[in-house]
Amino acid sequence: MTDAYTRFTRTALGRQIVKKAGLPNPARLPRQADRPEPVLDPVVVLGSSAGADEVAALLLDWGADVRRRFEETPRVGSVVVVLDEVSAPRELGEIVLPLAGAMRSLAPGARVVTLSRPATGEDLARDAARGGVEGFVRTLGHEMRRGGTANGIQVADGVALTAPGVATTLRFLLSARSAFVDGQLIEVSTDAGRRPQQWDRPLEGKTALVTGAARGIGAAIARTLDSLGAELVLLDVPASGSELSRVTNELRATPLQLDVTSEAAGARTIAFLRERGITLDVLVLNAGITRDKMFANMTADRWDAVIAVNISSQISLVEALLSAGDDGADVLAEDLRVVSLASTSGIAGNRGQANYATSKAGVMALVAALARRLGERGTANAVAPGFIETDMTGRIPPLQREIARRANSLQQGGLPLDVAETIGFLCAPGAAGLRGQTVRVCGQNMVGR
Amino acid sequence: MTDAPASRSTPYTVPSAVRDAYVLGGNRLPFARSGGAYAGVSEQDMLTAALEGLVARFGLQGAQLGEVAGGAVLKLAGDLNLTRESVLGTPLDARTPAIDMSKACATGLETVTHVSNRIRLGQIEAGVACGVDSASDAPIEVSVRLRRLLHRLSRARTAVQRAQVISGLRPGDLAPLPPRNSEPRTGLSMGDHQAVTNAHWGITREAQDELALASHRNLAAAYGAGLLDDLVTGYRGLGRDENLRPDSSMEKLAKLKPVFGTSNPAIAEPTMTAGNSTPLSDGASSVLVASRQWAEENGHAPLARIVDTRIAAVDYVHGDEGLLMAPAYAVPALLDAHGLGLEDLDLIEIHEAFASTVLTTLAAWESEEFGRERLGRQGAFGSVDRSRLNIAGSSLAAGHPFAATGGRIVATLSKLLHAQAKQKGKVQRGLVSVCAAGGQGSVLLLESDGK
Repeated sequence: MTDAYTRFTRTALGRQIVKKAGLPNPARLPRQADRPEPVLDPVVVLGSSAGADEVAALLLDWGADVRRRFEETPRVGSVVVVLDEVSAPRELGEIVLPLAGAMRSLAPGARVVTLSRPATGEDLARDAARGGVEGFVRTLGHEMRRGGTANGIQVADGVALTAPGVATTLRFLLSARSAFVDGQLIEVSTDAGRRPQQWDRPLEGKTALVTGAARGIGAAIARTLDSLGAELVLLDVPASGSELSRVTNELRATPLQLDVTSEAAGARTIAFLRERGITLDVLVLNAGITRDKMFANMTADRWDAVIAVNISSQISLVEALLSAGDDGADVLAEDLRVVSLASTSGIAGNRGQANYATSKAGVMALVAALARRLGERGTANAVAPGFIETDMTGRIPPLQREIARRANSLQQGGLPLDVAETIGFLCAPGAAGLRGQTVRVCGQNMVGR
Repeated sequence: MTDAPASRSTPYTVPSAVRDAYVLGGNRLPFARSGGAYAGVSEQDMLTAALEGLVARFGLQGAQLGEVAGGAVLKLAGDLNLTRESVLGTPLDARTPAIDMSKACATGLETVTHVSNRIRLGQIEAGVACGVDSASDAPIEVSVRLRRLLHRLSRARTAVQRAQVISGLRPGDLAPLPPRNSEPRTGLSMGDHQAVTNAHWGITREAQDELALASHRNLAAAYGAGLLDDLVTGYRGLGRDENLRPDSSMEKLAKLKPVFGTSNPAIAEPTMTAGNSTPLSDGASSVLVASRQWAEENGHAPLARIVDTRIAAVDYVHGDEGLLMAPAYAVPALLDAHGLGLEDLDLIEIHEAFASTVLTTLAAWESEEFGRERLGRQGAFGSVDRSRLNIAGSSLAAGHPFAATGGRIVATLSKLLHAQAKQKGKVQRGLVSVCAAGGQGSVLLLESDGK
């Protein structure tokens, strides 16, 4: 999965040339299989609030080697910066500055995670301090070296820093599962949810439906959800039936061949689930297509097909499944998780993707609205992949592809696995407090938020 | 999501009497036109894909089945163990035995009968009947003279001997021999044979085109209604049968030129066109057959019981009967054995080798003369209610990869019978009739209680 340039940078000659010419030098990103422990030790917890003490205790509970200062701590693996009680910008320095001296000596693949509160519009100085955290996190994302990442969690006022949503998010961001998530803030708005019985198999006993599961990112999502303990119903169009049965056989899942854009898609899915007595805990709306053209050359068939598959089908499937209980057995469980696939193209726009970007920006608004509508019934969030190494991006012309691949803080494309891991995190029982968010999996792409 | 089907509570016992075998479901590839979507794909790849889809649908990963019976009509000599080799490429337990069978277009139906018989006799608990054919990848042989010469060459010991052998080679020997589409004993193609039968029974062009049109419309409607959602697994980008023309019309069909019986002076007006004859096709199908105990233990509801089968053959060589008329004899024998008449059948599937094959069979059954003189009855055997005939389309629309057709029909009919029995709340009976080259025919009776 490593691209040709990255392989070159790892040769003796390549290393020299890259160093002398100041070329991009993408680091090897450890994934979950390479670094299974949840926290890269030692972990330094900065901040002196009560919340900081709670977070330190939580990390100790996870078996981490927790320190409260950098002195005498070589090669720090993780840093948690607790800023929950800052009330003015001038208070930030005291907490964050100890990290400055340690930045260059952080371990490869290090993690910096801030914990702060979102601005509320109630207090000028407090909001300014809280808002400032975003600029700090984003800059650290750019400055982190050797595959390290910096992210933050914004915890709504009144929600404890050890709430299930915060703990689940913190564990994800500190782990190698978030290898390609960089330079962003994730908001935890409620203390709903519960911590899983087993952190490594949070989906044990849960059933997930994944659309577009026959190949690429969809198949990776299926494999990851399977490894997290979920039972799977895998859906794809009939024309991809054989690829779908291969993934199905590999994971001992249940296949469902269906064109999600067909009028009867919702009814057929419901009938299929009822016939087999399946209730879904998780819905991953991954099916998507591209039909790229500069907008000046855009045709109705290209526009309509992308809108139909990428967004309209999601709306009708979700509406159908949600209302199944009105005229028969419910097919959705309590505490539902919906995760939809957005894209960084939907955040920043992308030349030649007016249709795609429209559909993906629509997805982000859709999950926000859906999370509100679900209320107690569950939550909905989206994942926005940036440049991911798939068959689809493999078809981009070489030069354009090389530019797109390097245009992020980690200077490389992500893997389908990275997207899948983020989806696994959002599907977890602990993620109930994340409502209508779009989490980017883009290595902090240079464009967009 | 079932666990390994191998796990079971009580050991199976070999019953002293015959017990029932049930169709649990099936899986096939969308059929492609020859030279179409599956051109360049081997039969083994297609059969493996069809079996993989069946494994996925029924959660048979790692399962050791009693037997997989399969076959292909146009089979490469190297594919002698085609079915076993395909099984080894699937997630089925590698200890699942397999057998290759062959009976022209009835191959698929005969594999169902074979597996069913094994189960009925208590020899196995569950098995798969399957078939595949690729007209696109049909074997091409060398001439008989070249073959014998090559064998002599391999036996030759000295350079002189080899030179002697090679000197016997003529340019004409090098021409490859594609598979023959004619009956070895008459030299007539199957279509030309049927054209004669057709003329005998006076089947009109219009009646044939109507049947072809109904086939396309019925199959399109079946896809539309989702009937094939759990019978077909897409392959190589194909989600539906390539030959299906939902927008076909009598006008379009009427424009096609006759292609069979055109050089026979005895046929005044040839009527068989590319529209009312099946195209050469590529595809594979499979059917899961099991005992009731196995079905229950593995969490599958049987769709239909395999009641009985019959076979027949006719003497087409001496002109006694039409080449494809054997089922006209096998069906009365089968129904008589069970005290049934055509009116007792809720659904009837007659393989559409040609539209006229179906129509000549129906005409024969309606004929007093045929009933008396050929079937030895008091009068006509009976008529088929056309609203019960091939209601989800048949080979004219779907295509006809020879050995895959039987499996297509059995799985589809089982599902139709089950749904209809469930809806009506009473047992539904269905008949499958398949004609085959060599003047043969195989027929099979299914029954479903809808439970």
